[in-house]
Amino acid sequence: MCVLAHIIEAAGIATVALASMRPVAELVGAPRTLHGEFPLGRPLGRPSDPEFQHDVIGRAFALLDATSGPVIESHPVVIEEATDAVSCQMPPAFDGDASPAVSEARGIRKAYDRIVERRGVSSVGRAIDADTVPAAIEALERVAAGTPLKEADLPGKNTVAVCHDVRTYYEEAAVELANGPLGSGRAIENWFFEETEAGKVVLAARKALADEGVPFPFWFYMAPGHR
Amino acid sequence: MRSHAGSLPAPEFPNPAFVTPVPLAQAKVAIVTSAALHRASDTAFAQNDTSYRSIPREARDLVLGHWSPNFDRAGFTEDLNVVFPIDRLEELATQRVIGSVADRHYSFAGNQPDDLATIIHDSGPAAAAELKADGVDVVLLTPV
Repeated sequence: MCVLAHIIEAAGIATVALASMRPVAELVGAPRTLHGEFPLGRPLGRPSDPEFQHDVIGRAFALLDATSGPVIESHPVVIEEATDAVSCQMPPAFDGDASPAVSEARGIRKAYDRIVERRGVSSVGRAIDADTVPAAIEALERVAAGTPLKEADLPGKNTVAVCHDVRTYYEEAAVELANGPLGSGRAIENWFFEETEAGKVVLAARKALADEGVPFPFWFYMAPGHR
Repeated sequence: MRSHAGSLPAPEFPNPAFVTPVPLAQAKVAIVTSAALHRASDTAFAQNDTSYRSIPREARDLVLGHWSPNFDRAGFTEDLNVVFPIDRLEELATQRVIGSVADRHYSFAGNQPDDLATIIHDSGPAAAAELKADGVDVVLLTPV
């Protein structure tokens, strides 16, 4: 990101970069940088908090008064990532013939539909649509049970893209299912990977693919690196 | 992720430019993000995509197309302004803190090939030229 600051500045446009990681920002030395020790993925710090977002932007724009650079300052507020999981009210599983993960995925569909209607858009669709999520989970269950990837009939084919879609389907639904505040960064990720059946299937399939010896990029990026 | 980041090689920019902008109250402001945002109707970002998308000022139907699994996405789902503070810029323009909001904003994918060659020599300068043609005075960069 800070690299783009240099390029845009060279075109004659003043830039101010927000930065999540100060060591990287210091290395790149963009003309003006406001570092915020905020959860990765939240450069403005707090969602649904316009006052805080304005504070971040105001401090960033204040750096435009500098007469030479590079200048880098840190926002005084540190926002820690969540170590616990958001609490979600899961609908009761109703499909006795399906696996727990598939029942769960079908059960949260109404919550997913509600948030898509409210937001008008979904980030599901990289490789599969919402209708295909249960079938994708079934295929990942086969992989987890030892079926080679080429024989697992995975809808969407691309393991990383499919896992993005499954996780996004759940995480978008979770915004509707949450009992109260959504928590800081990673609270919903923690919920998906640690508390949902689908999250456990993704991690089990990922481990099975690693053990199968498929190329590293095919399995590693199915989940965050620290998992 | 954070502990790893500080050890990454960084491209060098000898004699970096430093532009003195017009006063903020007269400045046209655009956002450039590396969150791989795109309109639902636009072409999605591929893995290792070095290109960019333009985002119209009024667009709110934005998809988070970033390929890295290593960051929080729920904040964006709740409020896109935590990544792409377009509504905050509109408020600042209404308050006359900034001169105006640009009609087009730009999005790259943050997970780039390690050498950054295309973004440094090709797509980055192309986006910068579009910003210049749009009359943008100040760019706010938001990373993901």
